Amino acid sequence: MKFGVVRFPGSCDEIDALLACRRFGDAELLWHKERDLGGVDAVVVPGGFSYGDYLRAGAIARFSPLMEAVIDFARAGGPVLGICNGFQVLCEAGLLPGALLPNRSLRFVCRQVQVLVENPDTPFTRACEKGDLLSVPVKHTTGRYYAPGILEEQVVLRYAPGQNPNGAQDDIAGVCNIEGNVLGLMPHPEHAVNPLTGSSDGSRLFESVAVPEAPASAERAGVGVVPAA
Amino acid sequence: MRARVLIRPKKGILDPQGQAVEQALPALGFRGVRNVHVGRLIELDVDDPSEVPEMCERLLANPLIEDYEVVEA
Repeated sequence: MKFGVVRFPGSCDEIDALLACRRFGDAELLWHKERDLGGVDAVVVPGGFSYGDYLRAGAIARFSPLMEAVIDFARAGGPVLGICNGFQVLCEAGLLPGALLPNRSLRFVCRQVQVLVENPDTPFTRACEKGDLLSVPVKHTTGRYYAPGILEEQVVLRYAPGQNPNGAQDDIAGVCNIEGNVLGLMPHPEHAVNPLTGSSDGSRLFESVAVPEAPASAERAGVGVVPAA
Repeated sequence: MRARVLIRPKKGILDPQGQAVEQALPALGFRGVRNVHVGRLIELDVDDPSEVPEMCERLLANPLIEDYEVVEA
């Protein structure tokens, strides 16, 4: 299993994403000027400020040579995960429905949130069960998801009740395309792969891609347990 | 030709920037200010002005969340 992690000028979470992927397989960085993906089995479009977020977040990155290859890969059914700015890029590229608007508060939000797994039938959530709660951080200014007419089965992750950090429609934190092979989310699973930083729940998304079979239930013990306040 | 592209948040989409400005003006003593919206202005020299709407559709604006208007500068 080999992951490719995209690096644009202005990416800033690509190393954490790379290290998260390496917990479950091989992983390498893919520079935005490359035109092919080097035979990777899954692609991660990481967070940051690609091309300075000029014009709109993700708008310019979408036209990089590498993204053309990512779009072809996604259309052929390859698993693609977009995190935060990567989510914005995938929306701009038309691989995911909707758009990300400035947070309702107009403020940068950085906090740990609980997200609920609504759809475990994607390559990135199959190690989870519907209703699992994952503790992962968010950190963004442009995360208010808006997608008129999105289908219920495309909602993969939802902020737990009362934890919507940005005013996103219907508390949506992550969505997939109709086919289910492309997932975008605002929270950062790559920052939650080690208990040292408060939670390792985010690793389940990377594990899901690398280990197609559902893991033994014993390994799941503890996931979704909300820590006492 | 010098083209000017005016980009606005689509009607019905919450525009917290517009709201913030709308609330700030009365604080300065300006009364009767309503329906404030904040958008973007892009100016560009083009050989073929008929291409500008397509530029808007494909890059300058996001038609899902923004309306655009092209005027001659």
